[in-house]
Amino acid sequence: MVEEIINSHGIAEDKLVPILLDIQNSNDKHYLSEDDLKQVSRLLGIPESRVYSVATFYSFFSLQPRGKYIIQICDNAPCIVNGAYNVIDDFRHILGIDMGQTTPDGLFTLEYSSCLGCCSHAPAARISGELYGDLDSEKIKSILSDLRRR
Amino acid sequence: MNTVTLTIDGQKVTVPENTSILDAAKKAGIDIPTLCYFPDQNIKGNCRVCVVEVEGSRTLAASCSTPVNEGMAVKTWSKNVMNARRTIVQLMLADHDEDCNECVKNGVCELQSLAQRLNIQHNPFKNILKPKPIDTSTPSLIRNPNKCVKCGRCVDMCQETQQVGILFDAYRGADSEIVSGLGKYLSDAGCILCGQCSTVCPVAAIYENDETDKVWQAIFDTSKRVIVQTAPAIRVSIAEEFDMLPGTVALGQLAAGLRRLGFDDVFDTDFAADLTIMEEGHELLDRLQHGGMLPMITSCSPGWINFIEQYYPDLLPHLSTCKSPQQMFGSIAKTYYAQKIGLKPEDIFVVSIMPCTAKKYESGRPEMNDSGVRDVDVALTTRELARMIRQAGIDFTALPEEPFDEPLGISTGAGAIFGATGGVMEAALRTVYEVVTGNTLPSLDFTDVRGLKGIKEASVDLDDVKVNVAVAHGIANAKKLLELIRNGAADYQFIEIMCCPGGCIGGGGQPYRTTNAIRQQRIKAIYEVDKAMPLRKSHENPAVQALYEEFLGRPLSEKSHHLLHTTYSNRQH
Amino acid sequence: MSDLTVKRLTQRCGDIDPRDVSEYISTGGYKALVKALLTMKPQGVIDEVKASGLLGRGGAAFPTGLKMQMVHDTPGDVKYVVCNADEGEPGTFKDRYLMEGDPYQLVEGIILAGYAVGAQKGYIYIRGEYDRAIELMKNAVEQTRKIGYLGNNILKQHFNFDIEVRSGAGAYICGEEFALIESLEGKSGRPRYKPPYPPVSGLWDKPTLINNVETLANIPYIVSNGSKAFRSVGTDNSAGTKLICLSGNIANRGVFELPFGITLKDIIYDIGQGVPGERELKMIQIGGASGSCIPSDMLDVKLDFADMKKNGLSMGSGAIIAFDDSRCVIDIVKSLLKFFAHESCGKCTPCREGNPQLYNLIDDFSKGSATPSHYDVLQSLTQTMQQAALCGLGQSSPMPVVSTLLYFKDEYDMHINGRCPAGICSSTNGGEII
Repeated sequence: MVEEIINSHGIAEDKLVPILLDIQNSNDKHYLSEDDLKQVSRLLGIPESRVYSVATFYSFFSLQPRGKYIIQICDNAPCIVNGAYNVIDDFRHILGIDMGQTTPDGLFTLEYSSCLGCCSHAPAARISGELYGDLDSEKIKSILSDLRRR
Repeated sequence: MNTVTLTIDGQKVTVPENTSILDAAKKAGIDIPTLCYFPDQNIKGNCRVCVVEVEGSRTLAASCSTPVNEGMAVKTWSKNVMNARRTIVQLMLADHDEDCNECVKNGVCELQSLAQRLNIQHNPFKNILKPKPIDTSTPSLIRNPNKCVKCGRCVDMCQETQQVGILFDAYRGADSEIVSGLGKYLSDAGCILCGQCSTVCPVAAIYENDETDKVWQAIFDTSKRVIVQTAPAIRVSIAEEFDMLPGTVALGQLAAGLRRLGFDDVFDTDFAADLTIMEEGHELLDRLQHGGMLPMITSCSPGWINFIEQYYPDLLPHLSTCKSPQQMFGSIAKTYYAQKIGLKPEDIFVVSIMPCTAKKYESGRPEMNDSGVRDVDVALTTRELARMIRQAGIDFTALPEEPFDEPLGISTGAGAIFGATGGVMEAALRTVYEVVTGNTLPSLDFTDVRGLKGIKEASVDLDDVKVNVAVAHGIANAKKLLELIRNGAADYQFIEIMCCPGGCIGGGGQPYRTTNAIRQQRIKAIYEVDKAMPLRKSHENPAVQALYEEFLGRPLSEKSHHLLHTTYSNRQH
Repeated sequence: MSDLTVKRLTQRCGDIDPRDVSEYISTGGYKALVKALLTMKPQGVIDEVKASGLLGRGGAAFPTGLKMQMVHDTPGDVKYVVCNADEGEPGTFKDRYLMEGDPYQLVEGIILAGYAVGAQKGYIYIRGEYDRAIELMKNAVEQTRKIGYLGNNILKQHFNFDIEVRSGAGAYICGEEFALIESLEGKSGRPRYKPPYPPVSGLWDKPTLINNVETLANIPYIVSNGSKAFRSVGTDNSAGTKLICLSGNIANRGVFELPFGITLKDIIYDIGQGVPGERELKMIQIGGASGSCIPSDMLDVKLDFADMKKNGLSMGSGAIIAFDDSRCVIDIVKSLLKFFAHESCGKCTPCREGNPQLYNLIDDFSKGSATPSHYDVLQSLTQTMQQAALCGLGQSSPMPVVSTLLYFKDEYDMHINGRCPAGICSSTNGGEII
């Protein structure tokens, strides 16, 4: 898998970020395993330390297994003043987990996100690549039940 | 060359264009404090300690990274500069384990001296250090992230100079740290233990594993015969530890100092270097004459061995099977010499003084027990020896010159130059030429293989056989030769590779803050040592000759193979 | 809705199908490219941009024409254009609006810039959070390549140019030009020291023009209509329009294309329709997370680079976040500092260590444990960061502290005395901090 992804991008050091993104997205648990990083290092000819540097620098990358759906809740000022803390509490309460954790069924992971550029519909969250704005308790419940049904 | 004239603190200064403000100020007699800056390395510009005011600029400029301009007006000291420098150092201290009294770098720490220089007597910031585990996974180096100031000097050394690529910046923001490999301990990161990082670290974030207490215990144990051997490179660097100029030769003082520390026999690794030449020279001849694997590559440098075993294991058959001089010494001391003095190997404790951190690992390798017990018990670095001398209250500068003990303290100039890049090659050529041709060399000086050039080449005629040789020092240069060999493009028969830049005189266990300028001085000194020796060819060493007559028989004999040669393993990382 | 808005950069947003290049062309798109390639020399394009007075819209307001000239004049066969679409500044979503509403206009702007400076390749670096913008820009590049406006011998001229869209991976710092360049090179986004600047030594150390989305999106209009037409809107020193993003406690949130010269009051009360509900406006933050926080009585300042500078403000990214009187200044500043401590790249000391310490000092105020001596420490720390940090992030992240100390000092004093007037820093009633 890792080899296929690298070949699709070409063996070039500058493709490291897109390659790691693709590897992570191709994985059900949305993370980069130690073996992934070792393979990338070997196949691209980049020292492990440099691959690790990139994998720990960007907040999209996770070295720990995560859920099927990653819920990224914006906690920047425009969302905070429009109720982001309530949104965070609602998600935590409904899913029964804390920020940074994954539900035991492996379905959801809760994360903070910096601004999603969705400030005109604050408070906002990004769930597996999709934006959700104007969040309130009702909307959160229905989003989660929709995702569960998928 | 175009020049630029600027004003620094009111003084007019003219310097070549592209000079940094830092260097221009130096020319004007102004010493701007620095931390991440290190001579010979890339400019990093990240610690910001060296900031200065440039007229017309909204911000302060890092003087290390800012080039001078015509007409520029610089103030290196002002209210803003003082505030910034102090605050920056206070911020570093507030994210640093401040147990300075129990720190190996106490008194030689650059952060400590910066704080002192900036007259920092209090810190308004709370200490926010999040303690991380200390890496004691290797016998060579200790990595303490709680001391790290993220200056990046170790990273530059590991990634650029050595190109082994183990240490790098990871994470970001307040979580930033220097990690090894995939966030692993050094033992699991592919580190070759060269210790070059430890020579440039300004604090105690990475340093040699201090084993001086083990040596004191042995010395204080009256039932042990404690033997010390001292590597060729120590005699030209130890003086720096006692504030003497780089390039000072302290051969006799070194012997005297070791004797006063309480060692029973003060011997010389140079003896074993001569022995190495006898074995390795004959191995080369054997390979040349019997179609052995060529080019043959030297095997004295344990950091280099760690590198080839982990990164180029396919080329292991090229390595000479000779043990390093340290290990040859150990096995001879605990067999030949033990018999001579009527002791068993287990009654003898061998300490080596090495310019090297990888020697600590080498001495503990399972292959290095050919006397029946561990051949070398402890390998200390130059820095640890200096610590012992200071601890014992010995005024090194006032020591008389004393000789080394016989027989394992007898050596030649060829053994001495092992300490500099090209030295093993030169020593080998002196012997191989005379053994093969039966003629006396007109000149002993093979100057083509000397000096700090990355890769050096020479050719020698051995009775109609032309032997091409190459010398590389520092892993970045070694890699170039290895790639040539891998691609079948290396037209050499014999290659010398030393792990550290400049060879052992620039080793990772040498006095902190070795620069290329200092390496040059040490190299100059080591050739002075060679020149001053009555004997300058290994095969003329009478103690080595006696060893063969009384014990080994001849080079490459069965006994030699057992005691003086070794094997390597594929440890692919 | 007010008629203060202008439809220039945003003329097609919402009116065309962003997936269909023919709709762009039928509304006058790619006319500038044809005009430039067939009738203008690269220097002519640069001269027109210079004459327009276009200033960079990413925050630094550097003259775009001058930057182009520098790249053009730097010797070298290989040059790059990089479009900075790493719009991470909280409260800013104008570039997203432009990319999602009219992606071709940006593509055209990048090709024109490439032609002007002599580049062969352009990169659009879009923050990873903008999934839709990434998809639409990739499509726009593909469509444009299909009609022959990207590739070799564009319009049968000796001009080869192509564009690659790259995604970020969650790092605010990559909005800094050298951090972005490092990221494009496949590394962590840690800024380089300057000089040299990107026009001399940028991507892979080659001369590089790096500009914000909005800046590049202005170029087709300038080339098509001329610098005079461009200057017909705006003020003498701030020509053209500016996209402003309104968010926070404000009734009419969104992106608005506005002429330079109107006042902040116009923006807040006319465009933004003021604060919703029974609340009063307490403070606005202008320019993004590192922008100044100013009180409601300072709104006579004009949307104009010079007038804002005169008042110690910076337009930054064009974000304006409104805070009503239920908000605690200390609490807002604290949340901004948490953001910076997390987003600092960690390379230089003042930013890596300064932001967490700044957070701790402000946290002391919110806990009621601050003392008057905190002011001295804040002064030396903020000054050190502003003057000695390596890049714009560390230099500007203390701005919320500096500006609130200037305009809301009383609120700091109250917290020292154990009172949070908004009642946010307290755990019990009465605003007393426990």
